[in-house]
Amino acid sequence: MSILVKNISKRFGDFVALDDVSLDVESGALTALLGPSGSGKSTLLRIIAGLETPDRGEILLAGKDATVLAPQKRNVGFVFQHYAAFKHMTVWDNVAFGLKVRKRPKAEIAERVDELLNLVQLQSFGHRYPAQLSGGQRQRMGLARALAPEPQVLLLDEPFGALDARVRSELREWLRQLHDVVHVTTVFVTHDQDEAMEISDEIAVINHGRLEQVGSPRQLYDEPASEFVMTFVGDAQPLGESLVRPHDIELLAEPAEGAIEAMIVRVTLLGRDAKVELHDASGAEILVLMTRDRFEESGYWRGQTVWAQPVRERVFSA
Amino acid sequence: MVIVGLPLAALVWEATSQGSQSFWDAVSSPEAAAALKLTVGASLAVSLLNAVLGTITAWVLIRDDFRGKTLVNAIIDLPFALPTIVAGLTLLALYGPTSPVGIDVAFTRAAIVLALMFVTLPFVVRTVQPVLQELDPELEEAAQSLGASTTTTFRRIVLPNILPGILSGVALAFAKAVGEFGSLVIITGNIPFKTEVSSVHIYGRIESGDSAGAAAVAVVLLGISFVTLLSIGAIRHYATRHDR
Amino acid sequence: MRAVVSRLGLRAIALLYLAIILVGPLAIVFWRTFEDGFAPAWDALTTPETLNAFKLTLIITAIAVPVNTVFGIVCALAIVRRRFPGKGVLNAFIDLPLALSPVVVGLALFLLYGENGWFGGWLSEHGIQVLFALPSMVIATIFVSLPFVAREVIPTLREIGDEQEQAARTLGAGGWQTFWRITLPSIRWAVIYGVILTTARCLGEYGAVAVVSGRLQGETETATLRVQERYEAFDLAGAYAISIVLALIAILVLVAMTVIRPREETA
Repeated sequence: MSILVKNISKRFGDFVALDDVSLDVESGALTALLGPSGSGKSTLLRIIAGLETPDRGEILLAGKDATVLAPQKRNVGFVFQHYAAFKHMTVWDNVAFGLKVRKRPKAEIAERVDELLNLVQLQSFGHRYPAQLSGGQRQRMGLARALAPEPQVLLLDEPFGALDARVRSELREWLRQLHDVVHVTTVFVTHDQDEAMEISDEIAVINHGRLEQVGSPRQLYDEPASEFVMTFVGDAQPLGESLVRPHDIELLAEPAEGAIEAMIVRVTLLGRDAKVELHDASGAEILVLMTRDRFEESGYWRGQTVWAQPVRERVFSA
Repeated sequence: MVIVGLPLAALVWEATSQGSQSFWDAVSSPEAAAALKLTVGASLAVSLLNAVLGTITAWVLIRDDFRGKTLVNAIIDLPFALPTIVAGLTLLALYGPTSPVGIDVAFTRAAIVLALMFVTLPFVVRTVQPVLQELDPELEEAAQSLGASTTTTFRRIVLPNILPGILSGVALAFAKAVGEFGSLVIITGNIPFKTEVSSVHIYGRIESGDSAGAAAVAVVLLGISFVTLLSIGAIRHYATRHDR
Repeated sequence: MRAVVSRLGLRAIALLYLAIILVGPLAIVFWRTFEDGFAPAWDALTTPETLNAFKLTLIITAIAVPVNTVFGIVCALAIVRRRFPGKGVLNAFIDLPLALSPVVVGLALFLLYGENGWFGGWLSEHGIQVLFALPSMVIATIFVSLPFVAREVIPTLREIGDEQEQAARTLGAGGWQTFWRITLPSIRWAVIYGVILTTARCLGEYGAVAVVSGRLQGETETATLRVQERYEAFDLAGAYAISIVLALIAILVLVAMTVIRPREETA
């Protein structure tokens, strides 16, 4: 099901959460809303779900105006950062809830719940209570619960934010695989650019309530539309008049057109990569990343003066 | 321990001092029995009323927002702060013979319910408020996103989680109502068999010098208090079972 | 739209409930008392017996509150920080006065200290009068207002934990010093809140004191007892006047509770 966000604006008191945001979410795609804390991305997600109402603008679900439609009627599945598990019900009852509320026949409910518990690999946990599950297991339950009533859209609000790093990357991978199997339009909110880059088909970058850019991970990285996007998605630093990524700087032994003189201050070898920190004439720090082989080939040493030349740079008007 | 334990021991002693037969007689005398039935019945009714009205009030105080809410929240504790005899007098002023709104329930059973509502008002409200406060609003949002209507959400999600709060409030209200004295003394007229509650009955027995009879009924009330206290502990234990 | 209606509806129910049960009656008494002006109320309040009643109430409160404060803090410390057999029983006993009818309390004391009571004989031999005199009224009041300080301090002590006290001890502080400088300041708002509740209870006590005091006018009559006495003497104005004073004190207590409660909760 496609989602059309048209000119959505929302404020909380004096705080402007969303300012005229428009977005076209492709049906069946896995889309990320990426941005720093407070950027408005969660608010946008909740507006799509019907958990908040916008001050201005429209939401169209499958072409129909759903702007003031109650969440119960939108047929969207929502997964919360802190799981929102019904702690007084078993895992089985949690997953079955959406179906029970729709008064589906018992046999149908049983079949569907078992199917989903298998899908999320919680088949032997049905009779347990959420308090007895780990964080990762609770979130898998949350996903199964949201998917049970066959929603047309799946919305996830920083779904892995409360989990530790290892579990987070496992579940992230797992969400992508799930999406490849289930094919429901999925939108998830995250502040972690690695997460967005790794699994989404499309990323919408949001900052201060405004949409900065929408595109594939590759597009965002190679063709950032603004300074913010360039520094938020991947690293970037100012070099002269432009912004350059650490991987896009070459170190030359001789001065050259457009190259900046700098002294190598520190070299750290991390596995196959070399991290070279330089200080330019004014003492500002320049970070260059290259493969270890390349660095050792060059024969540079600490304390040496070299010239840093951007291979690929971008300039943004102020 | 000395302060509390000894007097209670003396009470039990006195109650049984004339033997178990006379204990039974004192407790089952028509007047005593009538008073006990009235006391327990009225207290139950009031406790249940409180369960509903108290929950609604707690809901409004936690979920709703309006000017003067702090003031309203503070008023809830009035029955704790006001002497019971004064409470009885104020209820008499508004709902008695000199009532400016023409409602006169003095010397009737309705007066008992009214007075007990006054003194037990804070209990359910104050036990439900913290539980409601703690309740994660995301649970209700999750239920809504899964298609549950507002009433279904309340019934299946909110209520199971605040029920322990409601129950312990009801138990506290019941314990207070059963033993209530000061607020009832004036407005009910203390008519035996009609509006005399057990606490007043006991007082009457003391004044007539029948300490054994008084003690017998008192021990029954004591028993009710004990059971109620125990049940509150049990409710608390049950309430936290999902967190262990 | 339905949501708004139900929200307003619930609000209306709650406010109506409070108005009918609490606010209405209190407002009427205020009105009735000052209906004929200030002077009659003042006269009723300043009769010697009434003034004596107030004095008696204050004396009893002034004794009971400190006693229960100390007791409450000591009990709380014992329950939270120590292990000993019978701890659960002590905890239950502290809660008991809340669940007991005041008349039952009065009767129990009556049986203990009365002439035929357990201590009665010994006391009359030594010429000590407890019943129908101040001592029994003080004891009764202490009994009924026992739990408040303890019940406020216990959860606070639990939450704070004893790390600060351990730190103090490693720095060389002795038991008393640790208590005075570390423990007490950390529970001060809970103690204050408990003291407010205790004071309100003492001022308002009626049932237990009614039984043990004998209600002798001018001698063993507290303010609350006086209210009933005036009512029975058909002096409604007098009863109202005293009630107003007690109600005003109650309102002051409510204000204090509202102000202190947030500090107590975040401490």
